[in-house]
Amino acid sequence: MRSLKWRFILYAAITVFSILLLLPTLTSQLPQLWNKIVPSEKIHLGLDLQGGMHLILEVEAEKAVESYVERIKNNIKDDLKDKGVPVGRLEREKSNQIILEASGEKEKWEKVLSQRYPMMQELSSSTLDKGIWRVVFVLDSRQADQIKKNAIDQALETIRNRIDQFGVSEPEITLQGTDRILIQLPGVKDPQRAINLIGQTALLEFKLLDEEGNLDEALKGSIPEGDIILYRRVVDPKTGGVRKVPYLLKEKTLMTGEVLKDARVSLDSQFHEPYVALEFDDIGAKLFEQITGANVKKRLAIILDNNVYSDPVIQERIAGGRAQITGRFSTEEAKDLAVVLRAGALPAPVKILEQRTVGPSLGQDSIHKGIISTLISAAIVVLFMIFYYRFAGVIADVALILNIVLTLATLALFRATLTLPGIAGLVLSVGMAVDANILIHERIKEELRWGKTPRAAIDQGYHRAFVTIIDSNLTTLIAGVLLYQFGTGPVRGFAVTLCIGILANIFTAVYITRWIFDFITLKVGVKKLSI
Amino acid sequence: MELIRPDTRFDFIGKKKFTIWVSTIAILLCLGSIFFHGVRYGVDFAGGILIQIKFSKAVNISEVRNALEVMGSKETMVQAFGGENEFLIRVEKTSEDLEGVSKTIQTSLQEQFKDKALEIRRAEVVGPKVGKDLKTKALWAVGLSFLGILIYVAWRFKEVAYGLGGIVALFHDVMVVYGAISIFNIEYSLNVLAVVLTVIGFSINDTIVIFDRVRENIKKMRKENLETIFNISINETLGRTILTSGTVMMVVLILFFFGGPVIHDFTTALIVGLITGTYSTMYIASPVVLFWERHISRRRRR
Repeated sequence: MRSLKWRFILYAAITVFSILLLLPTLTSQLPQLWNKIVPSEKIHLGLDLQGGMHLILEVEAEKAVESYVERIKNNIKDDLKDKGVPVGRLEREKSNQIILEASGEKEKWEKVLSQRYPMMQELSSSTLDKGIWRVVFVLDSRQADQIKKNAIDQALETIRNRIDQFGVSEPEITLQGTDRILIQLPGVKDPQRAINLIGQTALLEFKLLDEEGNLDEALKGSIPEGDIILYRRVVDPKTGGVRKVPYLLKEKTLMTGEVLKDARVSLDSQFHEPYVALEFDDIGAKLFEQITGANVKKRLAIILDNNVYSDPVIQERIAGGRAQITGRFSTEEAKDLAVVLRAGALPAPVKILEQRTVGPSLGQDSIHKGIISTLISAAIVVLFMIFYYRFAGVIADVALILNIVLTLATLALFRATLTLPGIAGLVLSVGMAVDANILIHERIKEELRWGKTPRAAIDQGYHRAFVTIIDSNLTTLIAGVLLYQFGTGPVRGFAVTLCIGILANIFTAVYITRWIFDFITLKVGVKKLSI
Repeated sequence: MELIRPDTRFDFIGKKKFTIWVSTIAILLCLGSIFFHGVRYGVDFAGGILIQIKFSKAVNISEVRNALEVMGSKETMVQAFGGENEFLIRVEKTSEDLEGVSKTIQTSLQEQFKDKALEIRRAEVVGPKVGKDLKTKALWAVGLSFLGILIYVAWRFKEVAYGLGGIVALFHDVMVVYGAISIFNIEYSLNVLAVVLTVIGFSINDTIVIFDRVRENIKKMRKENLETIFNISINETLGRTILTSGTVMMVVLILFFFGGPVIHDFTTALIVGLITGTYSTMYIASPVVLFWERHISRRRRR
């Protein structure tokens, strides 16, 4: 038996340390110096307790592959045109294949293509009639995987940037599985705005209007080669109705938002309407100068996520790398658009799989009711233990309270999040703590009945009950660890507090109470146990 | 203070024949309800929309229904929640654009109840895929933790029978709790899943305590047959069983009455779980061990 003194020092140190860990959660008025010495993490409350927004997004990474292959297709088209190869049909099929029908000397253009586009592999090739070749290319699967992975990483990064600029305190943005992004935004007041900000792809493109093509004909179905139709949403300020104005545009994208350096909200001096001022980086500025120089008097459409925002006429070559997006924004819309453009476009669209918003008042309600009912039940348990076990009940109560303190302190230390299912785990572990104390006390009483001295009864009682407590707690711990390992979100929240609670329980119910019993029988010299 | 006199000898195991019927009927009732009536999955698992709203003044539920019907969403269900001014709105139909539907409901409600200061307290939109994922993952986690328990208990007690007894009792309890969820038409949400996990923890704890006493008594009472040893062990630990279950039950009852509507479903399931968790130790886990030891294990040894 190790000496009482050393055990006391060890247990007291653990207790004091736990209380220190808990102080930041209990009060925010700690001196500055404090934070430098002791970890000052508060217990994080889950969104169900605190209020806020929880989102799970799926990155449609396949779309990133699709647009990559689409770009290759466009490049192949230009290359073959340069080489003078007569192309019959050139299309993207599925997300990762290109079908090419061309005539001429196959070896020659095939060689060019395989040199320039090594990532496209020939899947099949056959001759149609009169020397026309039909070749199907497929994107190398490793390359495709890489593109997908990059898209997801970049999406995560972009969303992080946007949320940082939006200004949410303590956001949590993590990858879940392979292609899902979990976002937790505590205390967000306008969820719809946050969703718009996060979910917007924000692909900015500049395309020329096809002013020679016939828009009416195109709308009927005969779109000129190399053209597309996009729309501009016009909202009637009086009725709120949305009208779509069609535009016939050259399909080729001259420039994208990738070359943006900055985007800011400015106020139009004439109409006092907000607009977003764009500033390009060096490459973008040069490119913009070239484009505007080559297309004076033509109309350049500014397109965001396939919506035409404006189509100003290029009056002259524009140097200096500046442009603007106008379009009847509210100040808030313009601000969010600037944020989204600054943070960059998402490499692939995202889909919302799950969205939960808990208003702050509901969270408050949950906490309030939770605290009150916890306090009432704790008080009843504490009083009952004293009523039934007398002085030994006081010892049990010390262990119970310490158990909760230790569990919460550990949660704070590991920055774990406390949720409603987590509280259920806590309640179960407290229940087991009550059980452990009852087991020990009943056992000691049994031993006393058999005529043992208090010392012997305590020794035997702890010895016997220990086996039971370890078995039942370890069994539950094993279940808890497995639940944590294989479960998700809420199941994990439950498992974390349960596991920590059980470990705290073994420590408090077995070791701390034992020390108190030892102390009163060995040092104080109590001859008759009040149990 | 003594709750149970030390020489108490209730014949718990002797009531086996009677309780087998009780258990069978309970299980059949639960299974019947689960299969024919079904478990009402909440938005968490089934996917859909859940919106909780609160008005500053009392509003008749039909007003809310009308307001929703006017805008053409007939698939919605409205339910009073707690007081007279708080309601739950559900859309279970899993259409493509849940986000859009949720948005429309929120904005048009706010439009129509301008004077009543409507507050959106909670809005959840769960895609069907997520709910399904959650269901399978939770099932796997629980299944594996059962396996872990089975292995650990069988190893600690050096008998497969004990592990098996514990697990059969757990299955029994889980089934009864799900039966209660189905019979009381409790919405099966994430929080109720947490209750099921809590019941599992409580039940296995209770079972282990008695098994442990049996293991100890087997060594002390070599002459007695196993049935008597089980009976003595249950009686010896009866004090602690009543104290522990009673204390926990007391707490849960307080939560049931004072915890408010949010945890009402939660505590109902927990009360059922506590009762079956305690019952199953005596009348499921113990008989399984006895049956195994008598009919299967001995024959193998000979």
